Amino acid sequence: MFRRILALMIKEFLALLKDKRGRTVLILPPIIQLVVFGYAATYDLKNVSLAIFNEDPGQVSREVISRFEGSQTFAQIMRLERAGEIETVINKKDALLVLHFGPDFSEKVYRSQTAPLQVIIDGRNSNSALILLGYARTIITDYNDAWSIRQGLPGPPARLNVRAWFNPNLESQWFIVPGIVGLLTLVVTLLVTALSVAREREAGTFDQLLVTPLRPVEILLGKALPGFIIGTVEASFIIFMAVIWFNIPLIGSLFALYLGLFLFLMSAIGIGLMISSLSVTQQQGLFGAFMFLVPSVTLSGFATPIENMPVFLQHVTLLNPLRYFLVILRGVFLEGSTIPLLLHQYWPMGVIGIISLVLAAWLFRHRMY
Amino acid sequence: MRKPSPETRRVRHYSAMRLGAMVRKEFLQIIRDPSSIAIAFILPVILLFIFGYGVSLDATHVPIAIIVEQPSAETASLTGAFASSDYFDVTLFSSIQDAENAVRKRLVHGIVWLRGNFAQEVLSGNTAAIGVFVNGVDANTARIVEGYAQGVWATWLSEFAASRGRTLDIPIEMEYRIWFNPAVRSRNYLVPGMMAIIMTLIGALLTALVIAREWERGTMEALMVTPIRVGEILLGKIIPYFAMGMGGLILSLAMTLWLFEVPMIGSLPAFIGLSALFLLAALGMGLLISTLAKNQFVAGQAAIITTFLPALILSGIIFDIGSMPAPIRAFTHLFAARYYVAILQTIFAAGNIWPVLIPNALALLGMAIFFFMTVRRKTSKRLD
Repeated sequence: MFRRILALMIKEFLALLKDKRGRTVLILPPIIQLVVFGYAATYDLKNVSLAIFNEDPGQVSREVISRFEGSQTFAQIMRLERAGEIETVINKKDALLVLHFGPDFSEKVYRSQTAPLQVIIDGRNSNSALILLGYARTIITDYNDAWSIRQGLPGPPARLNVRAWFNPNLESQWFIVPGIVGLLTLVVTLLVTALSVAREREAGTFDQLLVTPLRPVEILLGKALPGFIIGTVEASFIIFMAVIWFNIPLIGSLFALYLGLFLFLMSAIGIGLMISSLSVTQQQGLFGAFMFLVPSVTLSGFATPIENMPVFLQHVTLLNPLRYFLVILRGVFLEGSTIPLLLHQYWPMGVIGIISLVLAAWLFRHRMY
Repeated sequence: MRKPSPETRRVRHYSAMRLGAMVRKEFLQIIRDPSSIAIAFILPVILLFIFGYGVSLDATHVPIAIIVEQPSAETASLTGAFASSDYFDVTLFSSIQDAENAVRKRLVHGIVWLRGNFAQEVLSGNTAAIGVFVNGVDANTARIVEGYAQGVWATWLSEFAASRGRTLDIPIEMEYRIWFNPAVRSRNYLVPGMMAIIMTLIGALLTALVIAREWERGTMEALMVTPIRVGEILLGKIIPYFAMGMGGLILSLAMTLWLFEVPMIGSLPAFIGLSALFLLAALGMGLLISTLAKNQFVAGQAAIITTFLPALILSGIIFDIGSMPAPIRAFTHLFAARYYVAILQTIFAAGNIWPVLIPNALALLGMAIFFFMTVRRKTSKRLD
């Protein structure tokens, strides 16, 4: 039995890797995508262009502006001469944020009245807008505190001391890069499995496979194991790069991580083979691959949190293996989560894996056309 | 081919009849494998549905723990301020250990800790510290939660001052206005952006396999012995898929406007015209993949790799391009989705702002031309 499976595995590896284009497609893109996405996918705002319309001749507005200039977030500061220019710079995306100081701004602060500072933000990307608003609020609150201390005024009755656990500087990269491990592992397993049965069906070689002494279980193993091996190797490389290249802390145990990887590969390969054995042509297989890949990524919590979804969609995400794997990746990397704490993430992937693999094997013989 | 014979010279002219026959053949193939129809009409509906409801950055009702060590009127008013905010769902805990466990089990996202001396400090004119801990793993949500907490705190400060007959003296108060999307609904920019992803997928899926399939099945050789020109073969491939892609686009637009109620400020002709341009670029890229791969398996793999994830991550839909490091920013220029997202977000939120639309449209046009020229050059009527 092992010799037969081995023979099929060797044939699968040859089919995947024998021509140069096939090798390139499987090896190069995950490496490039890890590096590019690792740097590209960030919610932190940098180099934000800022415009200032200052009608105030006084000292206070100049101090506030210098605080904005000193911040890491803002670059390219434009000075506006007329109120009418505000609309133009925002419309043309020349500035994401405009500060407007009125003529008596400093006067009011000196007379202990509250001076309004108008902040106009481009809301086309509402998430960036909210984050920018937060940055601006922090700068102004800091200035207010400094002013109160300089004038010897009493402080507010209470103040927030905010600290972030597990990711003290709130770096997006720490959240995103472990997520990319899951994303790319999923893509690689789909590349290997989703078209493999469909291609043989289209070429007619699958019928030949079915009339050999190979049992469906053996065909299944022969088709699944190459995906397993390639998936494990590429995922290990990506995890290695996440730690060495991106300096993401890996606090938890590798065993907890690899247990998750094993179960995730099992479920992803199972679904990939299921899609493949349902399709009669490679066109259908490709369609199936996308219909699985795109919702899996969207509903995984990779870029946007699952908690923000409506309740019925949150239930749908329970069918998505990537959802569990991302919790495991981020938990093990950043929080040092242990296996007992992650138990509820492990078992659903195991169940999805077994059901989909069994279905795929059943479909080998029963999907006739 | 060096010395054209009369026959080959005749073939140099395009013929509407040959093109028509090619288009007809392609349509028949589409109808016989229903997956193409599914790609154009079922895929956008399902994906837009998932994107529209599933992709949101608006955190509301974030579960948080509040620890009150010594209940008093002051702690009650602050707890009430958190509880009455739409942004938080408050659970009261009595010890920090319990609250920490809740964070580890992901039951709550953050902790607000009012220590035993809170009331005493507030009343004695000192500044009491409110400890706020957020789970920083999801850095973006953590930052938004922090902003919400600051909002609640600021409201509480002014109410507290008012309740004691004083006004709050703050030197500078921020008056902010968020243009184009005053309700800061993330759906208003995410859903139009997601149309770019859907159109990228449709374009690539429809055409990525069509030329590779002809090579793989040997029917390309059959086409070569006919008088048809290469340009006619390619046009015959583009026209039917372009028509289907536009159908999918109209469907997506209808869902965006009426199901998700995203307002469109710009004009419909601008939307249709620029989308057609993008669709041409997307179809061109699919044809290029197909031409270069020459077998469906590799073409399919290449389509999976080069479309979805780059369109999601490098187009500026979710992650701001301006904040990326310069080399990555340069890299994003290789993906048509980037230009289309800028066009869509502008047309939907701000209107027909031509200074933004024209450069992006030119980039799309350039890409489409480049793809078709390359495909044309790489497809010659000979066997390698």
